[in-house]
Amino acid sequence: MKRYSIFAVAREAMRYHAGWERAWRSPTPKKRYKVIVVGAGGHGLATAYYLGKVHGIRDVAVIEKGWLGGGNTGRNTTIIRSNYLQDPSAAIYEKARALYEGLSQDLNYNVMFSPRGLLMLGQTEHEVRGYKRTVHANRLQGIATEWIGPERVKELVPIINIAGPRYPVLGALYQARGGTARHDAVAWGYARACSAMGMDIIQKCEVTGIRTEGGKVQGVSTTQGEIDCEQLAVVVAGHSSVMAEMAGFRLPIESVALQAWVSEPIKPCMDVVVMANTVHGYMSQSDKGEMVIGGGTDGFNNYTQRGSWHHVEETTRALVETFPIISRLKMLRQWGGIVDMTGDRSPILSKTPVEGIFVNCGWGTGGFKSIPGSGYAMAELMARGHSPLAAEFGLERFREGRFIDESVAAGVAH
Amino acid sequence: MLSLTCPCCGITAEETEFAPGGEAHLKRFGPGSSDEAFEGYLFARKNPKGVHFERWRHAYGCGKWFLAARCTATLEVFGTYPAQTTQPPAELIAKIKAKRPEWEGWA
Repeated sequence: MKRYSIFAVAREAMRYHAGWERAWRSPTPKKRYKVIVVGAGGHGLATAYYLGKVHGIRDVAVIEKGWLGGGNTGRNTTIIRSNYLQDPSAAIYEKARALYEGLSQDLNYNVMFSPRGLLMLGQTEHEVRGYKRTVHANRLQGIATEWIGPERVKELVPIINIAGPRYPVLGALYQARGGTARHDAVAWGYARACSAMGMDIIQKCEVTGIRTEGGKVQGVSTTQGEIDCEQLAVVVAGHSSVMAEMAGFRLPIESVALQAWVSEPIKPCMDVVVMANTVHGYMSQSDKGEMVIGGGTDGFNNYTQRGSWHHVEETTRALVETFPIISRLKMLRQWGGIVDMTGDRSPILSKTPVEGIFVNCGWGTGGFKSIPGSGYAMAELMARGHSPLAAEFGLERFREGRFIDESVAAGVAH
Repeated sequence: MLSLTCPCCGITAEETEFAPGGEAHLKRFGPGSSDEAFEGYLFARKNPKGVHFERWRHAYGCGKWFLAARCTATLEVFGTYPAQTTQPPAELIAKIKAKRPEWEGWA
């Protein structure tokens, strides 16, 4: 792999940019790999990357039924934060956020991590108390967050209306090193780095069955033939239940649609991320100038990657009250992704009833921010059989009643 | 947007008038059952990509709970029926079978 650098840009500028290589190879699958990762989204590619980088396991294939990063990795609102209440969540999300800080250098690929600051608005007395509690918890966890009053909110976000009639802004939970990153670049950067380590990334290859023998995984059947493996990582947000059924077990997961939409591009007007969980909307401005808006999930099971129209209306209506200047904005695009929802709104990184099969799923509405931490923990779990970061996120927690209850702590929007 | 017919009051309305209530026909395991059975009842879900039997409540109407058969891959609603039953009506199963020959059936 040729390194990207200013010298490479200068060199290519002199010769009509004819020397750029493809970022990753598209090989045909081998008969056997040590590890197969199903799902070439951010989490799957990060799992493969840290398997190679930290644990030296490079006989890895990442297989993907569609195209690389075409699922939720390419459909989220790119928010990165780690201001969680519970210790296990805070640990893994902060690990992810910390890895994002150096990810562009690590991957030699600009993921455009922008720690622009993130505000979670307190708009009811309940929320104020909840977020103050989170600030205290974060202080104990070593995560830099603070509670700020409405005047400071207005200073950071001049376009906000803090005296809304229904939901005035009473303050905010502020994480100065939270922010956004370029979501596609995260997938592409990991893919390029994996390919450079000799891993095979196989796109347009759908898994149609999982072969097991004596309670142990043997390999997978795919649309490109049979592939054997010693370990199988199922990292397929949205379709986790479908894959689990192939392997013969059930997951505590329901698939629902989550939507996002962007406005026409406008001049820079907001350089932080704002989440308003009471009214169920969150907004940031992309580098292109579009206002990126996300809302709540639908309540019913859905695999169609499109959500209900009324959520767009409700969220936009709520945000117009908080940000009056967006009332005349035209919306440009709207899309949906299918997210895995677990009972406690926390992810599952776990061994499964089938030996050799691991699952990484259930990230719900907040998967993008956790990609590096999730991949790091998953790789450790697979290579060493135990990961301190993933220890609390096992499947057995549902039977044992050890929930990591973020559904109350984090609000519903992630 | 989904359009559902409430089998209790007979009104057909858009989904904003209803509240979804998750998988239908769950068998309840309470005190005295095994940990696995209780966990399964509380958390394990079929979550199929295809025909799904589910609970709905006519929240902004008559307020009654009812059940529906719907395809999660196409959002097609096959039909709704009253909640006072432990299994879907035979004619609804036959109707789904006719539309989805590859469907494994209700179990």
